[in-house]
Amino acid sequence: MPIWSNLTNENAVMKTLSIVIDGQQVPFKQGQTIIEAASAAGIYIPHLCYQPEFTPHGSCKVCAVKVNGRACSACTTPASEGQVVDNNSDEINASRRSITQMLFVEGNHLCPSCEKSGDCELQALAYHLKMFDAHFPHLFPQREIDASHPDIMLDRDRCIFCELCVRASRDVDQKNVFAISGRGIGSELIVNSPSGTLHDSDLDVNDKAAHVCPVGAILIKRKAFDVPIGERTYDKKSIDGTVLNKVEK
Amino acid sequence: MMETKISTIIDEHAADPTRLIDILQALQNHFGFLSTQTVEQTARLLNIPRSQIHSVIEFYSFLHSEPVGTYRILLSDCIIDTLHGFQTVMDAFCQKLDIQPGTIRSDGKVSIATTSCTGFCDQGPAALINGIAVVALDLDRVERVVNLIEQGEPISEWPADLLHSEDNIQQRGFLLQQGIEAGSAIKALLDRGIENTLIGLEQSGLRGCGGAGFPTVNKWRFCRQVEADAHYVVCNADEGEPGTFKDRVLLNNYADQVIEGMTLCARLIGASQGFIYLRGEYLFLRQKLQQIIDQRRQNNWLGQAIAGVEGFDFDIEIRMGAGAYICGEESALLESLEGKRGVPRIRPPFPVTHGYLDKPTVINNVETFAAAAKITVAGAQSYNQVGTEDSPGSRLLSISGDCARPGIYEYPFGTTIEKILIDCGASHTRCVQVGGPSGTLVTNTDFQRQISFEDLPTGGSFMIFNDSRDPLAIATNFAHFFAHESCGFCTPCRVGTTLVKNTLDKVVNGLGSENDLAELKKLSHLVKAYSHCGLGQTATNPVMDSLTHFPEYYQAKVKDQAFTPAIDLEQALQQARTLTGRADADAHLEQFNE
Repeated sequence: MPIWSNLTNENAVMKTLSIVIDGQQVPFKQGQTIIEAASAAGIYIPHLCYQPEFTPHGSCKVCAVKVNGRACSACTTPASEGQVVDNNSDEINASRRSITQMLFVEGNHLCPSCEKSGDCELQALAYHLKMFDAHFPHLFPQREIDASHPDIMLDRDRCIFCELCVRASRDVDQKNVFAISGRGIGSELIVNSPSGTLHDSDLDVNDKAAHVCPVGAILIKRKAFDVPIGERTYDKKSIDGTVLNKVEK
Repeated sequence: MMETKISTIIDEHAADPTRLIDILQALQNHFGFLSTQTVEQTARLLNIPRSQIHSVIEFYSFLHSEPVGTYRILLSDCIIDTLHGFQTVMDAFCQKLDIQPGTIRSDGKVSIATTSCTGFCDQGPAALINGIAVVALDLDRVERVVNLIEQGEPISEWPADLLHSEDNIQQRGFLLQQGIEAGSAIKALLDRGIENTLIGLEQSGLRGCGGAGFPTVNKWRFCRQVEADAHYVVCNADEGEPGTFKDRVLLNNYADQVIEGMTLCARLIGASQGFIYLRGEYLFLRQKLQQIIDQRRQNNWLGQAIAGVEGFDFDIEIRMGAGAYICGEESALLESLEGKRGVPRIRPPFPVTHGYLDKPTVINNVETFAAAAKITVAGAQSYNQVGTEDSPGSRLLSISGDCARPGIYEYPFGTTIEKILIDCGASHTRCVQVGGPSGTLVTNTDFQRQISFEDLPTGGSFMIFNDSRDPLAIATNFAHFFAHESCGFCTPCRVGTTLVKNTLDKVVNGLGSENDLAELKKLSHLVKAYSHCGLGQTATNPVMDSLTHFPEYYQAKVKDQAFTPAIDLEQALQQARTLTGRADADAHLEQFNE
């Protein structure tokens, strides 16, 4: 290979690409999304349906940022030179708070009696966004609970339709145990089994899908209080610090 | 027996899972509904998860996992149909058939429910009966339908006049003046060559007729440049925007020309397979379209070596929608074409690079393909001699509502609302909804505005309301429509459209306050700014427009106090009374108020 071709490649690598997030220059690599570039630089962008190890989904809209004035999902928008991103602004955070409130009123989220309290990302996010009430009228949906599996519990009241379990079961466990059915506000998490319940599905307690739920919709039985309330993940640290720690690791 | 039939139907569809929705409709036609056993066997034979099938059934309005009536009546509750007597017709059906809306009669013979706009606003109220359109319903026709149902007459045997619908073409221009001769656009393409044909389309300035107005030739050129082992052409015939019916009329009269446009596109981008995604409501057109496709194959305008040119291979398959407005959004349409729920994809990548089965795909509206074919035959000049600088050419409008002559009107871009209203015989007009619920509300002080991409872009819907109509009823109808049609993928649209609907209902029911109006505005902005796709981004337009233009109607409804609860306490106690079996005076709230 001629030496100049090597130099050209070097030059390409040398030229640092960057975007601006809240006034700060943030480098990115070609192919990274805004949230990936931000996380690598230690900047927290709130999110729920996004987890670095899964294909971005872009449905919860909690990671909404303004890119050159236009609202975009940070988890699905590719970073590109010249982007000026508003992330931690009052306007964006107020919108994120409203979207989080929507998730609360859409389901039946009773934090004080929920086994996931303290480990729940929805709850932690609500604290982070300074959400003090549900604001909107509750919709009080009537959804079925599935306690048929010996080791796993499915409480649909708490489902936020992030589809992390759907993705984990399909892409990691290769089992396709979960799917979203229905339409609109009538959407529903369904189980791929002859009875439609978990006991005759392929779900195993060691599956990724059994552990990926960010809220208390999919729970491991008999483990709910292994860690006492007060000593749980978000009892010790707010969600922004926790998420960034994970990235650093 | 049942298992054999399922196998047969699936074999007829080549056991192709991308044809899932067609397969399910065929199974449903045979069995009446889609039972768990049917789903199990279908999943096994197609080798897909049963949950995919369940989720598809529950997503599309026209697929059922529970029994429905042998005769299933779906009445359109589109705002225009409500102006023309939807409620009277619904009441008449219910009374004569002894049935409640949204239920199935105890003998299983008939069920009745509502559905979104069926594409017959020029001749409503309209219904779909076992999927077939029955229009211009009045008490006399209701009586006839009821008698046929009670006699058990199969719908295929019903008198032709009951199943007849009009085209109502009122004004013709470039596109409707004269259809092209079959094959003439293909001949012109072959004479001129690919590049010159593209240049011709470029000079015409043709922009996509679905509403967004992307320059057609740019889309085709992008797609052509993408290297892949397959390219696809898709005709979006899922015109679900309430008030639109131009594609129905085009497909009924100019199908050859539409298909010719698709064939042209196929040659230009290098595709050998195309699809017409036909909305479920237009089932009555399917057979006719299939015959035209077959005829064109016989005449060598489709199939292998078209017009004798080696390597010019292209064929078209019709795939049916099943009652989901969202599938008019191009990436949701692609999902539906692949046999899935119609949930819009993340973009980028766009369909021109990653479309059907992730291959480069051109998706265009029915009218766009018809116009491209005509332009190729008649020349760019014949198209763009009318219109404005940014919006060359003409546009089909589907005009309905309060006017003497509803129907299809072709107008040059730049035509004012005022002129259109005169032409169609509208009087005392208070407002016009241009581009359907997702479009723009134009009130009578702004009728000098014009139809064009730079002023009032439209996919063709043009709904007229006179000064006897209640603006709140219109906004409420649209809010219910969007809450019903939201796919549920993203939070702002899934939850937001329902919150907007509920809040608006609260105000209309006289339970609202100033605070609710402020909430409606805030919610509307939130849904618009943060939703994933065009549905959510436009779903709150009608509420925002209505609040802007008709504040006095809202003010008249709200109570004095700053805050009023959405719940009616007396009504909320009903569940407790039912559970405890109480009906006495002490179980009611009134006594405490005294």
